[in-house]
Amino acid sequence: MELIFSLIVNGLMLGSLYAMVSVGLTLIFGITKVINFAHGEFMMIGMMLTYIITTYLGIHPYLTLVFIVPLLFVLGILVQKYLIEPLRNSDEHVQIFATVGLSIAMINLVLMIAGSDNFNTPSSGMRHTLDLGLATVLTGQVVIMLCSIFMVGGLHLFLTRTQMGRAIRATAQNRNAAQLMGINVSRINMVTFGIGIACVGIAAVLLSPLYPVNAQTGQSFVLIAFVIVVMGGLGSITGAFFAALIIGLVDSFTGFYLGSSLKGVAVFGIFLMILIFRPSGLFGKARKLAHVS
Amino acid sequence: MLRMNNVSSGYGATTILHDVSLEVKKGEVVTIVGGNGAGKTTTLRTLSGLIDTSAGSITFKDEDITHLPAHQVVNRGITLIPEARQLFPEMTVLENIQMGAYRPAAKSRYEQRLEEVLALFPRVKERLHQQAESLSGGEQQMVAIARGMMACPELLIFDEPSLGLAPIVVSQVFDVVKKIAESGTTVLIVEQNVQQTLKVADRAYVIENGRIVMDGQAQELMGNDHIRKAYLGI
Ligand SMILES: Nc1ncnc2c1ncn2[C@@H]1O[C@H](COP(=O)(O)OP(=O)(O)OP(=O)(O)O)[C@@H](O)[C@H]1O
Ligand SMILES: [Mg+2]
Repeated sequence: MELIFSLIVNGLMLGSLYAMVSVGLTLIFGITKVINFAHGEFMMIGMMLTYIITTYLGIHPYLTLVFIVPLLFVLGILVQKYLIEPLRNSDEHVQIFATVGLSIAMINLVLMIAGSDNFNTPSSGMRHTLDLGLATVLTGQVVIMLCSIFMVGGLHLFLTRTQMGRAIRATAQNRNAAQLMGINVSRINMVTFGIGIACVGIAAVLLSPLYPVNAQTGQSFVLIAFVIVVMGGLGSITGAFFAALIIGLVDSFTGFYLGSSLKGVAVFGIFLMILIFRPSGLFGKARKLAHVS
Repeated sequence: MLRMNNVSSGYGATTILHDVSLEVKKGEVVTIVGGNGAGKTTTLRTLSGLIDTSAGSITFKDEDITHLPAHQVVNRGITLIPEARQLFPEMTVLENIQMGAYRPAAKSRYEQRLEEVLALFPRVKERLHQQAESLSGGEQQMVAIARGMMACPELLIFDEPSLGLAPIVVSQVFDVVKKIAESGTTVLIVEQNVQQTLKVADRAYVIENGRIVMDGQAQELMGNDHIRKAYLGI
């Protein structure tokens, strides 16, 4: 019983980490319809920057949020403006190649500068264990769990309650009509891309005290993130959140009972089943891709 | 108020409009008549900035708007209610209507305008919290018109507002168009329902194969042989 409980808790902790990584990806896809294959690399860059800033300034890793979130927001805007937007009228495969190209370029840039070493951001107390009675967790994991809930809730409120959020949803649902309302659609796409990348920036900072980073770190997370985005119903933020928790649980249980080498088999087995039996995602009715909630 | 001077435009490499000139004066109701594929929608999309003008110019209140993108055209005071309604399907009726008042000039007048607009559409008022996609076709058209009106435009453009609606609803739509015109908004309207439209309109242009082939007072055109044969089926 204690074991099961502990597996559940750890699964949920891992799941909320996945949720943080996936939320930005699903937002960008849901609104701008761009599949951002470089999403993981933005996270890797965020983690690298966290490492650099904490090491050289000697501040708590979480404080780097103040630099990294705005920086990645702007980076996202620039990528949308100078890479994606000019390709808007070309074939969507071209956009895919563009983000894949960006991903490879970012990885190689980091390899060139920093090599393939692992960098460990100081844990600054975030690896302390907390005893929850039936399970033990790390302080940093609890922070990630709480922040992922705030992030998903905050985005939901932003999209439904603010003028900008409504304009973002309107753009996703009918681009032409949005323009006819006076919405600057290219600006909306830039802001959305910026927010999506800023979200993965938050994930990067919170993750840094717990995991080492190297040039390939983004790759290992982004694959899972894609599984989650599809499971969650392509573009649904709450869908992605719950899908992430499920994947976290699957990961935790199969890791324990089948061994970590078979975890991937289980996760991607489930992914394939969903693609075959519920291509619109676990939670979606057969919804249009524009659905964002 | 609005002038198109020798405008050509199209999609990609294909030119659809050739040398189109037309004018809408303040307070008028003007209609563009033409068969399927004649270029009516293309004319309206060019006007509203959804597609770019390749030759010629467009002015609104003596200012050049030829190459403005669509969202800036809206800010100048021109709103297009597009063909086939184009609501935001997964937003509520109220959210759709709020989006209509997105431009800054409309935001400040939101409350008052909402009341005026909903007074015209009692059925819309009853359904404010329903998803737009769950409404009937007629109700959706009313929401589309209400949403367009929320922008408080000086020139309101309709593209086939009665398309696919039952006769009773069609005459409701025309009543609304009349009321909008009477309230002082200038109207440009494209309609398949040529007879009813000519009754509401002051002037009309006839477009065929992307060219304006005829124009005149709506009354006169109703008596014109070509119009009677080709568009009124008499
Ligand atoms: N998106 C598009 N891409 C390419 N060609 C188009 C596009 N939209 C319309 N056309 C072409 O432009 C021409 C004019 O079309 P338009 O929609 O302006 O006609 P219309 O007068 O509005 O007709 P209808 O009464 O059927 O609505 C047609 O030949 C059509 O095939
Ligand atoms: Mg048309």
